[in-house]
Amino acid sequence: MHLDNLNRELLNKIQHGFPVVPEPYKDLANQLGIMEEEVINRLRAMIDAGVIRRLGGIFDSRQVGYTGTLCALKVPEDRIESVAEVINEYSGITHNYLRDHEYNMWFTLLAESTERIDQILGEIRERTKIEEILSLPASRIFKIKVNFKVAGESKC
Amino acid sequence: MLTEQEKKIVKELQNNIPLVKRPFEQMARRLGMEEQELLDKIEEFRQRGILRRFGATVRHQNLGYTANAMVVWDIPDDQVEEAGKTMAQFPEVSHCYQRPTHPGWPYKLFTVVHGKTRAECEEKAGAIAQKTGYHNYKPVFSTRELKKSSMKYFED
Repeated sequence: MHLDNLNRELLNKIQHGFPVVPEPYKDLANQLGIMEEEVINRLRAMIDAGVIRRLGGIFDSRQVGYTGTLCALKVPEDRIESVAEVINEYSGITHNYLRDHEYNMWFTLLAESTERIDQILGEIRERTKIEEILSLPASRIFKIKVNFKVAGESKC
Repeated sequence: MLTEQEKKIVKELQNNIPLVKRPFEQMARRLGMEEQELLDKIEEFRQRGILRRFGATVRHQNLGYTANAMVVWDIPDDQVEEAGKTMAQFPEVSHCYQRPTHPGWPYKLFTVVHGKTRAECEEKAGAIAQKTGYHNYKPVFSTRELKKSSMKYFED
């Protein structure tokens, strides 16, 4: 999807500063000098096109009582699809990537307890017959920042 | 810990916000609350650290952020804290975590470095190594996205 300047500006605004007020789209429209309806139409188009993955609340997994870990395993080339299929089934596994390392499959796992995490990893070991899964829960977070300025607008 | 009603609010807020004139009013109605009560609750969640932000999650790939490297660093135990704090200062580092090591996995610090190309990420990682003096690192690039979704809490 082509993003014109107005869409870029809109995206930059709503990544950080979505107005939590009774009429947020009107507020954004006033900031951008366009009609409320146009804000809504542009947002709908960007959601439909997948440019915006979600427009809502992003919660802190720890603060809502969840615990998480980053996992890595070595998957033979010819088993990547079938192993990924097993892993991706779990809703708490939100990200799964192939990476250019001996540990070639990396996924994140969030669950309501460490017991549930162990249980899921146990199931994955059993179903994939891959015994070694590194589980690397963060012991300390020095920085977490998920939103970036939209490219083309300014360097970051 | 969250109350049962607060969990319901989290569930509601993690969906896409309705594209109507008064979206918070619509969500509040579904929760059996007043619009203003919900707006206040969002502010309270923010202050309690439960809500990281309210707004758009954008697909980086569609916006020019085509490469990101997970750069892992092997750092002596007694220097991890200082190194973590230093690396967190770099604007091109979006995440910086400490994680446990394993036999065959000596890397304690994980940073995510964003760039438009692989070469740019490597260059940035090299510059961080240069400036911090930690040279035992490895950029681990993703070669394929197998899953990327937004976490939904309290859904199962």
